[in-house]
Amino acid sequence: MTTDPSPDPYAITVNGTTQRVPTSWLGESLLYVLRERLGFPGTKNACDQGECGSCTVLLDGRPVCACCVMAADAVDAEITTVEGLPAPTDVQQAFLTAGAVQCGFCTPGLIVAVHDLLERAPDADTAAVREALSGNLCRCTGYGRIFDAVRSVQAARGATP
Amino acid sequence: MTIARPTDLTAALDAMGGLPGADLLAGGTDLMVEVNLGHRRPEAVVALRRVAELRGASVSSDGLDLGALVTYAEIEADLAATAPGLAMAARTVGSPQIRNAGTVGGNLGTASPAGDTLPWLVAMDATVRLASTAGTRTMPVAAFVTGPKRTALRPGELISRIIVPAVEGPQHVAKVGPRAAMAISIASVAVVVDTGARRVRVGLGSVGPTPLRATAAEDAISDAISWPDLRCSADDAVEFGRRCADAATPITDHRGTAAYRRHAVGTLATRALRRCLAA
Repeated sequence: MTTDPSPDPYAITVNGTTQRVPTSWLGESLLYVLRERLGFPGTKNACDQGECGSCTVLLDGRPVCACCVMAADAVDAEITTVEGLPAPTDVQQAFLTAGAVQCGFCTPGLIVAVHDLLERAPDADTAAVREALSGNLCRCTGYGRIFDAVRSVQAARGATP
Repeated sequence: MTIARPTDLTAALDAMGGLPGADLLAGGTDLMVEVNLGHRRPEAVVALRRVAELRGASVSSDGLDLGALVTYAEIEADLAATAPGLAMAARTVGSPQIRNAGTVGGNLGTASPAGDTLPWLVAMDATVRLASTAGTRTMPVAAFVTGPKRTALRPGELISRIIVPAVEGPQHVAKVGPRAAMAISIASVAVVVDTGARRVRVGLGSVGPTPLRATAAEDAISDAISWPDLRCSADDAVEFGRRCADAATPITDHRGTAAYRRHAVGTLATRALRRCLAA
């Protein structure tokens, strides 16, 4: 039983490395802290209200919107950002090959979401892929080439959707 | 700002006592949006996600004892057989990212008229357990939600558990929004066909300041159903929807007009009843 009295600065663990967060307001979102305090600009800020998925990161292995996480509440969590994936991953390469990237703003969130999906459900069918990516908005591609990229990764990994 | 990160209920209540007016943080999907958009700047936060007494769900012959911190994703994955209507409601919330973070206790505590689990909770006659340093008290969810984003929660109190009695029989939850994902409901219903009590119960969402029960509709359809074979006439199902629409007290806002909401909730109610009865 502990009531931790506001350690400021606090520390969070990003991509396996624990980093102290320099002087900041304790209510800042994980998204803001990643980008502006710790230098992880891969996680994008578009809506800041959990709608668009551009800021998708893994928190203890589950995809969440970093904008909806209070960074100071993530002190004991494992956070994985797009920079924490072993780049270039097969998913990233497939996005490039399929032309699933236009402006690129949604891409890091989608890459994280697709990695998570294919870890948990390698054989996900079309409906499951669409559902898994329903929280990642792309306003350029129309999604067709994104789904093509996912299917090509599944094929290359020997999955049977 | 100050943040407390208690790991048990006693410490959480102590922290709340030491930080009067602190915002309670669970999944963050409501609070952080307000913070990010500059609508709220907390002086103190009590982060609840480590509090053991608020976690987990247990199922018994009496029903479901749901910790406030149970996420929509956990409901989808673990409670689809026990609480099918709740799982249907959870699947309609936001996106996978939001469902991994957002909690049922947060849905109730925020008490949005569009809260996706609320129609089912009121249709099931669920009760909420509230903890404070003075002890615990329990009240029906229907009484707990007193208005749009208003609840009977007192200073120093938190939602610890939600208790849902066991009900035999089919249930269905449905909502209308602009698309099938990431949509705040414009109208929603939860229909519970209680075959033990031979009673249909219906909760309506987004069509009033709080989730509503449509008791006149419940009375009429409960009399109309042939309970041994769980059937009713097509006219009875339509009449049920009409009575649900009559029970609605919707407003017009940027998501929809009052007339559309009333129409939609009636249509949803008829459809949900048909799904329950396979009629």
